[in-house]
Amino acid sequence: MKRRPVFLISMLAFGFAFFYVPILSMIVYSFNESRLATVWGGFSTRWYESLFSNKQIMAALLLSLKIALVSATIATILGTMAGIALVRFTRFRGRILFSGLVTAPLIMPEVITGISSLMFFIMLAEWVGWPGQRGFTTVTLAHITFSMVFVTTVVQARMLQADRAIEEAAMDLGSRPWQVLFDVTLPVIFPAILSGWLLAFTISLDDVVITSFTTGPGGTTLPLLIWSKVKLGVTPDVNALATLMVLVVGTGVLVAGIVLNRAERRRVQDARLAYRANE
Amino acid sequence: MAETRLGRWFDRKGWAGLVIGAPYLWLLVLFLVPFLIVVAMSVATKTSTAPPISWGGEYPVLSWESYTRVLSDGLYLRAFLTSLVNAGLAMVLCLLIGYPMALGLCRVAPAWRSILLMLVILPFWTSFLLRVYAWMGLMGRNSWFNGLLTDAWNLLVPMDWAVKSIPMMNTNFAVVLVMVYTYLPFMILPLYASLERLDPTLDEAALDLGSRPHQVFLDVTLPQSIPGIIAGGMLVFIPAAGELVIPTLVGDAASPMIGRVISDEFASARDWPMASAVAVMLLLLMVVPTMVYSHFQARAEGSK
Amino acid sequence: MSEPAPDPFLRIEGVSKLFGSFQAVRDVSLTVSKGEVFALLGGSGCGKTTLLRMLAGFEEPSAGRIFLDGRDMAGVPPWSRPVHMMFQSYALFPHMTVAKNIAYGLKHESIGKDERAARVREMLDLVQLAPFADRKPHQISGGQRQRVALARALARQPKLLLLDEPLAALDKKLREHTQFELMSIQARTGVTFIVVTHDQEEAMTLADRIAVMDKGQVRQIGSPTEIYEFPNSRFVAGFIGSITAFEARATGRDGGNLLLDVPALGGRVAARDVPAVIEGQPLTLALRPEKLRISKDRPAGANAFEGLVKDLAYFGKDSLYRIVLPSGVLVAAHAVNARRGDEGARVADWDDRVWLSFDPAAAIVLAE
Repeated sequence: MKRRPVFLISMLAFGFAFFYVPILSMIVYSFNESRLATVWGGFSTRWYESLFSNKQIMAALLLSLKIALVSATIATILGTMAGIALVRFTRFRGRILFSGLVTAPLIMPEVITGISSLMFFIMLAEWVGWPGQRGFTTVTLAHITFSMVFVTTVVQARMLQADRAIEEAAMDLGSRPWQVLFDVTLPVIFPAILSGWLLAFTISLDDVVITSFTTGPGGTTLPLLIWSKVKLGVTPDVNALATLMVLVVGTGVLVAGIVLNRAERRRVQDARLAYRANE
Repeated sequence: MAETRLGRWFDRKGWAGLVIGAPYLWLLVLFLVPFLIVVAMSVATKTSTAPPISWGGEYPVLSWESYTRVLSDGLYLRAFLTSLVNAGLAMVLCLLIGYPMALGLCRVAPAWRSILLMLVILPFWTSFLLRVYAWMGLMGRNSWFNGLLTDAWNLLVPMDWAVKSIPMMNTNFAVVLVMVYTYLPFMILPLYASLERLDPTLDEAALDLGSRPHQVFLDVTLPQSIPGIIAGGMLVFIPAAGELVIPTLVGDAASPMIGRVISDEFASARDWPMASAVAVMLLLLMVVPTMVYSHFQARAEGSK
Repeated sequence: MSEPAPDPFLRIEGVSKLFGSFQAVRDVSLTVSKGEVFALLGGSGCGKTTLLRMLAGFEEPSAGRIFLDGRDMAGVPPWSRPVHMMFQSYALFPHMTVAKNIAYGLKHESIGKDERAARVREMLDLVQLAPFADRKPHQISGGQRQRVALARALARQPKLLLLDEPLAALDKKLREHTQFELMSIQARTGVTFIVVTHDQEEAMTLADRIAVMDKGQVRQIGSPTEIYEFPNSRFVAGFIGSITAFEARATGRDGGNLLLDVPALGGRVAARDVPAVIEGQPLTLALRPEKLRISKDRPAGANAFEGLVKDLAYFGKDSLYRIVLPSGVLVAAHAVNARRGDEGARVADWDDRVWLSFDPAAAIVLAE
């Protein structure tokens, strides 16, 4: 009774066309000679050349990477702590508020997060005189705050699957609680921490709304630069920039996916071989 | 000895305090306090000072003016309505496209499945802004895509309805389309997760007991995937309702969504109390679907 | 040994199934009569489950035909077959109550609401689950779930009920009880049962007849007694119960007995005459442990061999001895512990010299 699910397969085909046709079209038009972004005027790589000589774009890219690196790292540390806290410590004072604080940023519209962060920084400057100027620091602080909860969700999910008994075994063998954390818990959940970091990194690198509220003069990140260009309409140099970003990220994700997939398959195969050897 | 005492304290309580305390404190200061500031702002009065607000000074100390204006001014209510309708439409369309896709993913050969899953997730990793931008390129008046749709339209309708191009940009249609595009993975992934868990022998059992394939879908597959539908629906609806980037880039300025109203009130009109009041009301609106979601989530956990 | 059933209710004719290049079922032919309990017995991957799935309609045979009650089943989809299945995992719908699960199949029959309710109640009573009608599957025990699966499959009054490892998921104590319950329900409903199992005890207690399968083929069909006492091959003899097998050669006949030369036993063996054996033919002699007698002194008559007790396992009701013969071959033998007493009371002890003997009628001679 194996019938080909024709309808489902065609929906898949439609869905993937829907996903990728706009991106492919953008890539094709990035090689357009014409200045008019939507009219084909022959093949050219001139927009790529002008891109690399554009100091403004390079500076924005550098700033974005710096912010993403710092904020993702701190967010991962804090988010991992929160994830461990929520799973391992089921009873402490203020736990309900804490779990609320961890979920709220996930559903809070970005506009509101952005505005509240900006108001906070302005009021803080009124009250204590800091921050005098908004830019790298304020953007990074805001990014840490709303990306750490994503790390928490990832870590929390992994912690819930982790076997409590191995932590108890370590304690039974004489490790103190914080040694258990470093010797057993963190290595076990390391893949989750890594994917949490990647998530926080891309969220920071990608963010427009919150950055636009919390930044100041001189703090133009790459998304903000694109945002200001895109608001004016479709231009061939943004097509070129977009193509590069999509290709870099796409290749990265594909390679990571393939590597992880291979490792997983090898692990399964090893387990099977070991099992067979013991039979 | 102090050191061992300190050490013992650290082992027992201190490290736990650190693990809980650091993220707790961070979120209190950088999330809860800013949020409370917004709530406080919403009952402040607009001034022409910098920052452009004041509390009290004169009676009444708390001003409900912003809230009464939100509720009485049709502009705000229309913006709320536009947001709910757009987000609701996007959610339903994502479900209609995403459900068969998720089901299809469960049916293809495992070797294909991991590749296709990666292709679903891949757009999620690429820049959100650029995905919106890609559609701007397609929807513009002179684009090949618009030309294709225009030709199809002109072929199908009577001569006097013919158009030179289809006005897609800067409409609510564009907003919903791009929202479906950007949020579709959020619908597919939880649906796939809940469908993939289903035991295929249940389908066989239903077939064996006399159900035809479409009845099996309605009786067995659909009811068991309700948690996935709700999770996917919330993941699409909540960010869509508060969306700012999409309506700004492809939306109709004459019928803005609520996110854009908040941003405009804040940045252009410099009316912080008003922006805050609208934000608080939006959050209240979001709380309802979130409660529904967590209710179903808790029930799903309970029945395991 | 199997004679064609008098009323071939189910007829499987030369059925084969290929999955790619893998032949899961090869040329299986058998018949099952109405009201019979028939078991398909074999290890994992022997094709028994594939055969069952072809009966249910989930797979189409690559070759051959299946007739049920005179009707060719080719191309009939699962939902139109009067055949229902009790799945190994039970496959209960987790989002429906016990009563709704049982009623599910009736939904597709054009019967009145009252009749449907009556049928569900009847089924609940049959499996004694009436008090649990409104529970969900995860709120009842494993044994109860098994009964719900049975009731659900029986509710539509199938012509044929397929049971896929019906007892495998139950623990040992419950299994015995459920075995008898299944048999009594079968007797009361009169439905023809086909049971797939890898457990020979299960097959022997449940089934009227058993088909032993291996590598997609049926090796032997017969009643439990036939299969146990008169296996037709070394595979069947070894699969059902245990044996010690020896290479042998027919040397002649002595009255009703066949004489064999068995080098490993160091001499001649007499076996109850087996027809169709020619002198000089290489054979296999198979001995079941419980058919061997152990004694301290040499017993009278033929078929006696001396050996040394190498190993001994005490099970309470009986003991298993492993006896090494002068040729170095190990023979397993069971002895019932008829008397109560300490170690001194048993037939033999470690390193004792003992005599093994068996009746000529107990020897299984296989032409392989």
